[in-house]
Amino acid sequence: MTLMKKLLGASAAIALSAGAALAEPGLIIDLGGKFDKSFNESAYNGAQKWVEDTGGEYLETELQSEAQREQTMRRMAERGANPIVVLGFANASTLEKVAPDYPETSFAIVDMVVDQPNVQSIVFSEHEGSFLVGMMAAMASETGTVSFVGGMDVPLIRKFACGYAQGAEAANPDVKVIQNMTGTTPSAWNDPVKGAELTKAQIAQGSDVVFAAAGGTGVGVLQAAKDEGILSIGVDSNQNYLHPGSVLTSMTKRVDNAVYTVFEQGEEGFTPGINVLSLENDGVGYAMDDNNKDLVTEEMVNALEDAKAKIVAGEIKVHDYTSDDSCPAG
Amino acid sequence: MDFNTIIQILDSTIRLATPLLLACLAGLFSERSGVFDIGLEAKMLVAAFFSAAVAATTGSVLLGLGAGIAASMAFALIHGIASITFRGDQLISGVALNFLASGMTVLIARDWFNQGGRTPALMDGGRFQPIDLPFATAVADVPVLGPIYSELLSGHTILVYVAFAMVPLTWYILFRTRFGLRLRAVGENPGAVDTAGISVVRLRYSAVMIAGVLCGIAGAYLATGLAAGFVKDMTAGRGFIALAALIFAKWRPWYALGACLLFGLLDAIGNRYQSIELLGVAVPGQFMQALPYILTVVILAGFVGKAIPPRAGGEAYVKER
Repeated sequence: MTLMKKLLGASAAIALSAGAALAEPGLIIDLGGKFDKSFNESAYNGAQKWVEDTGGEYLETELQSEAQREQTMRRMAERGANPIVVLGFANASTLEKVAPDYPETSFAIVDMVVDQPNVQSIVFSEHEGSFLVGMMAAMASETGTVSFVGGMDVPLIRKFACGYAQGAEAANPDVKVIQNMTGTTPSAWNDPVKGAELTKAQIAQGSDVVFAAAGGTGVGVLQAAKDEGILSIGVDSNQNYLHPGSVLTSMTKRVDNAVYTVFEQGEEGFTPGINVLSLENDGVGYAMDDNNKDLVTEEMVNALEDAKAKIVAGEIKVHDYTSDDSCPAG
Repeated sequence: MDFNTIIQILDSTIRLATPLLLACLAGLFSERSGVFDIGLEAKMLVAAFFSAAVAATTGSVLLGLGAGIAASMAFALIHGIASITFRGDQLISGVALNFLASGMTVLIARDWFNQGGRTPALMDGGRFQPIDLPFATAVADVPVLGPIYSELLSGHTILVYVAFAMVPLTWYILFRTRFGLRLRAVGENPGAVDTAGISVVRLRYSAVMIAGVLCGIAGAYLATGLAAGFVKDMTAGRGFIALAALIFAKWRPWYALGACLLFGLLDAIGNRYQSIELLGVAVPGQFMQALPYILTVVILAGFVGKAIPPRAGGEAYVKER
């Protein structure tokens, strides 16, 4: 018994001293999982890079169910993590509630805007990145039909779809863009069977380039595209390596950089407010590497670079679906 | 809608109906013997995981199929022990297995593969490849019949043909063999079967194990035929839809085929037309996605007449009180 007490006392002392030291940053990973080869994995990689570069440590939790959001967020704050990066739009309403209870803790949420004095909202201009890959899709397509598979039907995913359709139409005004959403519940992020079936249905309708913005479901989309011999476009992380020769490019969203920056700035450098990562600061873009260099022509790269410069300069305006919940294209 | 589109939708229907059909027939065997089985989902899920895991590690899809069937049979055995030997509540045992499968697969996947609860993507040797029926390319140009043969019937994986062959086989076993007669009798009146000197327990165990084999094939088809690997909860409620199809089919093999094809067709149409113009009104995609479930409820509510389950279903057999 006394031994037990001593042990408990010792561990409590360690816990206290850890709390007194400079706080470690925290990362809350969204449903879909740390290794979704996409959004969450990108964030995880950013955190890992920070660990490698600085030798620091961070706290990490992976959400397992919808019901854990608030509990997880509070526990992370109470463990003393600071700043805390929260991934995913679905956490916004929870953070709205939790953030005021921990005014000393800084939060950063990715993909959604939460208006609180201790929250930094990191949003990406997905529509701009999607515009570029949409252009590339339309240029690579031989049938003049390209398609899109979204995960859960939410405004954020429609933003991808809308930018993609606008880009495709910019490159080829006669292009036909087919859009499908996997579902309306979070399980739509994890249904590769349905993703593959949707892709096959789109191929049957003539599509020969498919863009997947669907988390784990996208794995099935890319696989089906490879099986049927058409091109696909990955999302969030660089997914070109998944099926070399079949994945045309990936619409990269540098969640890793965002996480890295927040971690590096730490408590002192933290700035609340909205932080937009766009083409201009390479927050979004398209991925080029050895796996897809044979698929992408110089003409495509030139056209994309030209469009990119024009978007940054404001000469091309890409409509953002979330600004008015409607899309002029597609 | 032209002829080609219809062929493509029907082709997709066959792919989507296959796992339902296998699970539905599994339920048919089990419930005809008097053991209700709402753990179809669980058995499919463990089979999907173990088939993908073994196929990913060994590179052999047949070993994967074997592992999937073995895992599914292990779950069937647990269900049998709980509800036949120990006379527990069959529904509760099924629910427990569903939860166990959902949590266990992800946990093991994390430990083995370290990829957040999924298996690595399967390479070509680890998946069932589509097989072309003889002369499929030769007759492709024949009008009407050509596409039906070469696109609709040919080009599926072997498990699809196995599933469809199971329908007449199930009918034959249940309605034309002595084993089948006894199996149906044990689901209606186990006392009579027992009086005739036939073991009720053994018959029910064999029915439950057959269900395990069929669910194992269904799960393996999901993970190694349709998809290329396992992700958590990838059965996505198909086990429950199969149960609905079983009731809809009034526990009969041929009707089961019809019910599963109908549900597959609704799913395929939902995938193909996510927004469809109907009489000038744009029907939203969400409605198309809900349609299979709405129809299930509507059909179950009144259009199939009275669905009478096996009389002794859901009750453990007690020899003497």
